[in-house]
Amino acid sequence: MLKILKYSFIDLARSRWTYVYLLFYLTLGFVLLFLNNDLGKGIITIMNIIIILVPLISTIFGVMYYYNSAEFTELLLAMPINRPLIFIGQYLGVAISLSISLVLGLGIPFLIYGLSQSEAIWDFSLLLLIGSALSFIFTGLAFNLAMRNDNKIKGFSYAILLWLFLAVIYDGIFLMLLIVMEDYPLDVFALIATAVNPIDLSRILVLLKLDISALMGYTGAVFKSFAGTLPGMLVASGMLFLWTAIPILGIFRKSRRKDF
Amino acid sequence: MIAIKDLNKTFGKNHVLSNLNLEIAEKGVFAILGPNGSGKSTLIKSLLGLCIPDSGEIQFKGESVLKKHHYRNNIQYLPQIAKFPGNLKVKELIAMIKDLRKRASRYEEIIEKFGLEESLNKKLHALSGGTRQKINLLLCFMFDGDLIILDEPTTGLDPKATVYLKQLIREEKNKGKTILITSHIMQFVEEISDELVYLLEGHIYFRGTPESLKQKAETSDFEEAIAFLTEQD
Repeated sequence: MLKILKYSFIDLARSRWTYVYLLFYLTLGFVLLFLNNDLGKGIITIMNIIIILVPLISTIFGVMYYYNSAEFTELLLAMPINRPLIFIGQYLGVAISLSISLVLGLGIPFLIYGLSQSEAIWDFSLLLLIGSALSFIFTGLAFNLAMRNDNKIKGFSYAILLWLFLAVIYDGIFLMLLIVMEDYPLDVFALIATAVNPIDLSRILVLLKLDISALMGYTGAVFKSFAGTLPGMLVASGMLFLWTAIPILGIFRKSRRKDF
Repeated sequence: MIAIKDLNKTFGKNHVLSNLNLEIAEKGVFAILGPNGSGKSTLIKSLLGLCIPDSGEIQFKGESVLKKHHYRNNIQYLPQIAKFPGNLKVKELIAMIKDLRKRASRYEEIIEKFGLEESLNKKLHALSGGTRQKINLLLCFMFDGDLIILDEPTTGLDPKATVYLKQLIREEKNKGKTILITSHIMQFVEEISDELVYLLEGHIYFRGTPESLKQKAETSDFEEAIAFLTEQD
């Protein structure tokens, strides 16, 4: 698996798209810091961007990489390697290279603007950690969808729809339900509904850390009163971990039974 | 060497292999032929563990291969489509495949015969289709296994390379290996193969030497004889 991971990673590390992605974050980091010169505010703005963008890019990269390497995968499958390890190796190659682009792309501008002397360093580290977790989650979901759909157009469409649902539509439905059922106690519902969506969950995690969860309105308030900061963070981190583990299990399961 | 018993595979409603039995005990070159959709690829892929059969048994050197992977160290496979990670250099790809299976032997000789020395430092996406196929062949023939499976080996090759390919196949055969080939180039099949296995609708419809097929079809033209088999249906 490590060998597959190594070569997938080398292949991606030389890909033009990895550099476009890295350059995008570098530009974003520098521009934001140049414009408001405040690390704390910069972090919130960046959170709002990466929480939507990282899932989108990871989904597209994951699906594209899987389909692009399908023929080569066939060659690897004829080698004396256990099947799931090939796919897990490729998956880790994509997820790690995306995470590195994110960490370097945002980390460099923030370091230059004096992050290491600032108190914001922990908030910022958490942001990068969550961005990386989102990369792993959505690359994993993309691999699952691509493995289950040999038709590329279908696989692509499902992946984009999944992103659209989790990033946009879910919040809309959630909000509507809160309004429609405002006469009922909704704390538990809101809590569960947030934990079930990795994008919402990431947002809450960052906001809890920034200690401005009241700004998030209802959900943030519920989350905060539910557990206070530390246990809340633990539950949320646990959920995020589950969200990473489930797609990996899905890759394992599907790769054992799939025909190529 | 290979024993396949009552192999079944369906894709959706399509019964691709139905109770297929095939035994290949001896060494030599075996051509697996059949019209499109007759189950050639599925048969080969089942043997390699790329397809998982619905039922039946596949044995390689007396041991069941289903759900195993170590036996593949003994199989050299040439996939039909030569597509590799574009940003790797040729020599990195070779190193990777050598990393994955330890028994590489004759790659320097093949690199020289195919004239691949200058391509070694190029990235794979910069290569022509024919060169990629040569690399594909290199990755297959540089190892030393008992069974070689070639899926459309002549695709995109120039005449010089095709001549060398035939030489490679003969050399490996003389070492006592079993070689399975699928190809649409009948002249190539006639020239290289010792025995034909003709698949039709998931069954083995004919098995014998090219000569015996020509006698059966009462023609001296190999392509006509194959067409005769297809018309029989």
